[in-house]
Amino acid sequence: MNGNEIPMNEDCAVAIEHLTFRYPDGRLALDDVSLRVARGERVALVGPNGSGKSTLMLHLNGILGARNGGVQVDGLPVQDAHLGAIRSRVGLVFQNPDDQLFSPRVEQDVAFGPLHMGLPEAEVHARVDRALAAVGMGDYAGRTSVHLSVGEKKRIALATVLSMDADLLVLDEPSAGLDPRARRDLIALLRTFEDCTLLVSSHDMRLVWDLCARVVVLDGGRIVADGPTRDLLADADLMERHGLEVPWPKNSG
Amino acid sequence: MSDSLSQRYQPGSSPLHRLDPRVKLVVTLILVLGITLTPAQAWPAYPLLWALVASIAALGGIGAGRLARLGSVALPFALAAATLLFTTPGDPAAHVLGLTITHEGIARFAAVVLKSWLAVQAALLLSLTTHPTDLLWALSSLRVPTVLVQILSFMIRYLDTLRDEVDRLNRARASRSASVPGHKSGGNVVWRATVAGHMAGSLFLRSLERSERVYAAMQARGYRGEMRVLAAPPLTPRAVLWGAVPVIALGLIEALAALWWHR
Repeated sequence: MNGNEIPMNEDCAVAIEHLTFRYPDGRLALDDVSLRVARGERVALVGPNGSGKSTLMLHLNGILGARNGGVQVDGLPVQDAHLGAIRSRVGLVFQNPDDQLFSPRVEQDVAFGPLHMGLPEAEVHARVDRALAAVGMGDYAGRTSVHLSVGEKKRIALATVLSMDADLLVLDEPSAGLDPRARRDLIALLRTFEDCTLLVSSHDMRLVWDLCARVVVLDGGRIVADGPTRDLLADADLMERHGLEVPWPKNSG
Repeated sequence: MSDSLSQRYQPGSSPLHRLDPRVKLVVTLILVLGITLTPAQAWPAYPLLWALVASIAALGGIGAGRLARLGSVALPFALAAATLLFTTPGDPAAHVLGLTITHEGIARFAAVVLKSWLAVQAALLLSLTTHPTDLLWALSSLRVPTVLVQILSFMIRYLDTLRDEVDRLNRARASRSASVPGHKSGGNVVWRATVAGHMAGSLFLRSLERSERVYAAMQARGYRGEMRVLAAPPLTPRAVLWGAVPVIALGLIEALAALWWHR
């Protein structure tokens, strides 16, 4: 595991120490997970369905978990006292944009985060415009989100956390349900967010390859591998053992 | 994709469409109230009220005939007032099945039917020319409790999503509702009811799960139990002035009705 260059907690965008989590029905979802992500890193979280990727992500802003300080974001323990500060730093984008976009109008959804951060109205409007422009959806502010395409919804879902000026973007399956062109556009868009730390869970190995320098493999709630993308994704045995695949067929190089 | 709620709304840029939704909402309420309180026997008032509604409709680019047709959805409900025909004391007009219909009863029944037809047309005007989301902020700036407005807002946002889900369930059922020659297909009524019940149940569970995910998405963006929304734009005197016109017209009609035509 990524052993020799462990930064101090304060310098980490994310620091997780021995995190174990059981769902109320007793199912073990995370089993002694420890993970450090440096600021500005782009890390992919891969693993089969039910391996705990989404559960882990929901711990990063205290939606799940005991909030006992086992998870730190930007040096701040995820505890009730810091919840507001942490949620303004962590931009969590859910897999299904229909869950992320719950307001009737696009603009209301993008304004939701900044409004709940207590920003003044003028600043909220400025941020909404900036975030929608950043994802190329500037003309969509007044539209209703129901009838947009999946690609458009995904972009707007991203804008809903960009408007919060989050410095850690946590994206759950950002390319799920996208056609190839929308997927390529999304990857290009994500590559432009250079100031952000990026934590992406995905089954889309091409996206992982194109976007992230580091891969963390999760299976059965445990981290089973953690290393540079080019090494791990080239390891066809490892990928296959954990229900994954290499981005291209073995013999096409 | 289906669009059940917004299909009422007719996009446009008429003066009525552009009018502040708060003004429209209040004027509509006053119109409905005024129409309902019109004295029952003030017959000349009804065509005037209709002319008022129809001229507002014309401002919004909606034909009076079309509005009148749409307004007839109210008629079945007005049948509830049919008992007035028999229960109002007065001159007997006819005998049906041993019951006596009175002239006064006919008049009161006709007034109820006319009033509900007109009131529904006024309400339809609002929903035809105002986008549902504009109605929402109009409601909240008129101090309707935030919780109620939020519930409506989620309903508007997710009704179509839910309907698509129902469509998908139905399609999945239809795709597997095959029949083989020589065998009776489809099962009996009980079996069909069971299938429909399971579909309703699974729809409920899916919605419940969705609500949990939506709640998590709200929390992730800083929601802590108190809903905050963007401030509404200021109400212009011009909009209020426009709103006053139909209210004054209504006031005149009602005054005439009360003073001269009411016996």
